[in-house]
Amino acid sequence: MSLKTPLGRVLGLGAAGGGSHHWWLQRVSAVALVPLGAWFVVALVTLPELGYGTVHGWLAQPAHGLAMALLVLVAAYHSSLGVTVIIEDYVPQPAKKLTALLLAQFLHAAVGASALFAVLKVAFGSAA
Amino acid sequence: MATRPRPLSPHLQVYRPMYTMVLSITHRATGFGLALGLALLAWWLLALASGPAAYARVYGLLGSPLGFILLAGFVLAFWYHFCNGLRHLNWDLGRGLEKASARRSGAVVVAATLALSAATLVAMLHFGARS
Repeated sequence: MSLKTPLGRVLGLGAAGGGSHHWWLQRVSAVALVPLGAWFVVALVTLPELGYGTVHGWLAQPAHGLAMALLVLVAAYHSSLGVTVIIEDYVPQPAKKLTALLLAQFLHAAVGASALFAVLKVAFGSAA
Repeated sequence: MATRPRPLSPHLQVYRPMYTMVLSITHRATGFGLALGLALLAWWLLALASGPAAYARVYGLLGSPLGFILLAGFVLAFWYHFCNGLRHLNWDLGRGLEKASARRSGAVVVAATLALSAATLVAMLHFGARS
């Protein structure tokens, strides 16, 4: 017999107030990263060389810029979810945990925004 | 009131390392490593957006022998996390969770990681010949 109230059963949340949402988003971003990650590595190693002109011209093409923008955004999101769990697991002291979590979130936002900004600048900037 | 430190569940150091457990912790370690790799990717993209001089500086660092070792580490971490991530997604569908099957898929992941990393690194080394 379950002691859960009918409402509790409908909401499906345990004592933590949540849980499956983080898990699900981690999977959604993981699935998205399968084609994006494979594309990135294959594209990189199949370029004729990695000098400025070649790489800039390659990334300036709309399809490549779009794929790269998606890659850095989804990767930053997936990474922030993963690093959050690592901190929650290994930093037990509440003050240190909060500081580490805030720092991780801010750094991920900074890295994601920087990478996206760079991709957009290459895509929309004048050909250098 | 003084609170006694709460008991924590046993952690890594009390277990004898086992094959599947080492693969599991490696997934987490490579994931954290790739978080740093993402910062490197952002730095590379920012340099590309900043112009030829900034790009040449990053390219020079990553093209050095030390840079190659660093990139080789990221390539290994990437393919391991990629392959083992697929293994995890398969588990999430409720498949392959039996002990024998989990051990087998672990071996497949290790073999695939080594093969894909070797192929990627060989392709990377060819840049020297191509440029």
